[in-house]
Amino acid sequence: MIPGDVIARGNHRYGSYIEKRGDEYVALRVGLAEVSHEGVKLNPLTGPYLPRADDQVIGKVVDINGFGWVIDINSCFDGFLPASFVFGREFSPATHDLSSKFRVGDVLGARIESFDRSRDPQLSIRGEGYGKIAEGEIIKISPTKVPRLIGRRGSMINLISERTGCDVQVGQNGVIVVVGPSEGIVKTANVIKMIDKEAHGATLMAKVDAYLGGSNTGS
Amino acid sequence: MRLDGRKWDELRPISLEVGLLKNADGSAYIQWGKNKIMAAVYGPKEVHPKHQVLPDRALLRTRYHMAPFSVDERKNPAPSRREIEISKVIREALIPAVIVEDYPRTAIEVWVEVLQSDGGSRVAGITAASLALADAGINMRDLVVGCSCGIINSQVVADLDDTEDKEGSGDMPVAIMPNLNLVTLLQVDGIYTRENFQKAFELAIAKGKEVYAMQREALTKKFFGGEASSVMEEEESA
Repeated sequence: MIPGDVIARGNHRYGSYIEKRGDEYVALRVGLAEVSHEGVKLNPLTGPYLPRADDQVIGKVVDINGFGWVIDINSCFDGFLPASFVFGREFSPATHDLSSKFRVGDVLGARIESFDRSRDPQLSIRGEGYGKIAEGEIIKISPTKVPRLIGRRGSMINLISERTGCDVQVGQNGVIVVVGPSEGIVKTANVIKMIDKEAHGATLMAKVDAYLGGSNTGS
Repeated sequence: MRLDGRKWDELRPISLEVGLLKNADGSAYIQWGKNKIMAAVYGPKEVHPKHQVLPDRALLRTRYHMAPFSVDERKNPAPSRREIEISKVIREALIPAVIVEDYPRTAIEVWVEVLQSDGGSRVAGITAASLALADAGINMRDLVVGCSCGIINSQVVADLDDTEDKEGSGDMPVAIMPNLNLVTLLQVDGIYTRENFQKAFELAIAKGKEVYAMQREALTKKFFGGEASSVMEEEESA
């Protein structure tokens, strides 16, 4: 599908990147269409990361102001992590030192707390697995390929971390942090780049399996 | 028969390629006759200077520029009156297709660089720019495709080249959104009879749709490696 193509006609539920004109459902992006009893869906093949509430993202602190941290989340909008989310409700700029918690350049795992058209996305680090990421290798891929990297119920990502012995943390914004032994990191990086390049082939899982399986038995 | 041996309604040879520039978010290259034009899209990104921010939609910036070596006699690289005007008409030709409301407070930049120029470079630029936007993954209602027509010896002809544009007695660039059947650019110079205007306008639209087929093919080739495989994968995932 390319922008302007009619995916389906009739009466369906429809997802993002689709516009309804009369009884036609039109694609707004280059992507692969799915028509099922659940409705009309378009999986885009290219595009920037646009924040959505509840997304898990990985970002880097780029600035600190009196009330929180400004975080680059690989999007056209900067994320903002308010200090009160970190220090609690008794936070006051006079008594708390923000740079004691996160400094400029630190990498964080965070959740998009809220985002709408009029305001920059607000982040939160409440919950397990969020907060400062102390070590690891950062890899960036196209955000539209993230669902393929994770796989159905995490199957792809589990396969990769199992075979390489690395811990792989994936942000919906296309930023990935890999922690583990250095050979594992190299292997993981190669696989991730391969997925980024060939994400929408039907045999992706088999290819990844062959790559990791082959090099595992070799070493 | 025309100067270069074409029939009155024949297009010059066109080739299109998508996604050549690594550092751009989206890009496309078009060769249309002797035109060689590169289009690049950056964004959506933060707007600077800040006072230009539009709170409810994206700011679409376009720049049409001719390289100093794109014409026989060196062209001063500073944007000329003509280039500023063409930048404006390209922006206005693209903006109905781009869903700018989906990207509030951002800027989307479209750069159209003419590396070698011939007649009809604005419509070629629009054709390439809309491909670059689609490549960048910006939400679009439709692609935009352009084609020009004109008058030579009171006869309507399609797709004027440089000499025909200069020696002929009329030029009419038209850009359309082919699926929506809407015109986004219509410029005319020269004197037309009612019949000739109608004929030239309809011819430009018909020829534009021919170019659209090539545009489609170029985009499909980059993302699916050909139309056939895209259909196959869609069935598989469904």
